[in-house]
Amino acid sequence: MSKCIGVLALQGAFREHVAALRALGVETREVRQLRDLSGTDAMVIPGGESTTMGKLLNELGIMQPLRERIDSGMPVFGTCAGLILLCREIVDSQQPRLGELDAVVRRNAFGRQVDSFEENLPVPVLGPEPFPAVFIRAPIIMNVGSGVEVLAHVTQDGDKRAVAVRQGNILAASFHPELTEDTRFHKYFLDMCQS
Amino acid sequence: MSKGETGTIRLKTGLAEMLKGGVIMDVTTPEQAKIAEEAGACAVMALERVPADIRAAGGVARMADPTIVQKIMESVSIPVMAKARIGHFVEARILEAMGVDYIDESEVLTPADDRYHIDKMKFTVPFVCGCRNLGEALRRIAEGAAMIRTKGEPGTGNVVEAVRHCRMVMDQIRYLCAIREDEVPNFAKENGAPLELCYIVRKDGKLPVVNFAAGGIATPADAALMMQLGCDGVFVGSGIFKSGDPAKRARAIVQAVTNYNDYKLLAEISRDLGEPMVGIEISTIPENARMQERGW
Repeated sequence: MSKCIGVLALQGAFREHVAALRALGVETREVRQLRDLSGTDAMVIPGGESTTMGKLLNELGIMQPLRERIDSGMPVFGTCAGLILLCREIVDSQQPRLGELDAVVRRNAFGRQVDSFEENLPVPVLGPEPFPAVFIRAPIIMNVGSGVEVLAHVTQDGDKRAVAVRQGNILAASFHPELTEDTRFHKYFLDMCQS
Repeated sequence: MSKGETGTIRLKTGLAEMLKGGVIMDVTTPEQAKIAEEAGACAVMALERVPADIRAAGGVARMADPTIVQKIMESVSIPVMAKARIGHFVEARILEAMGVDYIDESEVLTPADDRYHIDKMKFTVPFVCGCRNLGEALRRIAEGAAMIRTKGEPGTGNVVEAVRHCRMVMDQIRYLCAIREDEVPNFAKENGAPLELCYIVRKDGKLPVVNFAAGGIATPADAALMMQLGCDGVFVGSGIFKSGDPAKRARAIVQAVTNYNDYKLLAEISRDLGEPMVGIEISTIPENARMQERGW
């Protein structure tokens, strides 16, 4: 089984995802242009600036082909900015997006950088051990459609808000598994790619 | 609100990791900040004046008026950085209290302390600092800098100093990796570099934090050059808003940083960008007017 996982490398923490996947013995490819997309079996969209990545996806002509690949079932894993780009609706923003995940997301939902935080987060699908979640100017999912499974949540102003979700072939987290040594999220994604 | 630990080293260096492969642009107004965001900047640096104007104005350059920084913070959704004077920890505390996302303890402003830099470990907000060589980079990291940039020579539109500083850091990293283990303490001593950090650089073969290029970058080709030399991203100060068509130049530099190895694409995006900023030959700047000499 030799699958090649594409890592969108337009901007952001793509090297960390490549390192995490390689440590798990997977072949990876940095996707910087449309031609890099062919031959990839799955795609990771890393953390970074979602506005920057969205504009580059459009300018480089990758947006629509990637959207079609996701539509046709290609597994995709977005973290932080990657999650934002996957969501259908972004509160108070018209920025470019893939829009394949039936969810409403709010950017910078915890505040500015001084409000960024680390927390041990229960993620039941990954096992009983909590996951070391690194939230950096992180988004929050305000609402999800009926086809979306919530994998983890935090409580904000008394409301439970999703911070990790799955919708069929789409996996997304508002924190950064790629910045930690814990590879359970990447393993979970690789399992999605095998099935 | 569910909140864990804030201000950790992982959060500080982590935000810099998210900026990689991106362009951080100097802006002085909310309108410029919006142009930068629209062009794909991964962050903006809020300033009262860009380095070229600071250089021209002379006198003492200080932290920007908080009103300017605040208005820029309100106008964009991307991270906003701001500059404090070297050693001026009160300016830094003011910027932190305002919620600035990153502080640049910068030689572009007039230093407030001729011996000590800010003790950056004590802050929740992360810091970026300039360097000309590995020893300087590691001293700043030991003080708590979570991101490093070359100093270059700000406000000149002349990339030569940024290239020199970048090559110097990379050369010294390669040297540190190549020497005998028992020679490391002497390297640390001669370069004024903390010994423990020398061992970390030797083990990893790179700086322990993200390293951007800064100081003189004016064109997409300049940006791609710095990326090929091994920088993680690029600051563009005066180069954008001192040029003829800032929006177009900004977009081109963003693309150049992503696809820095594709010469056909670089040729395409380098076309018809209008007038670049007027450059300054370094040798015409008296030594005591060179900003890179500031910092210790």
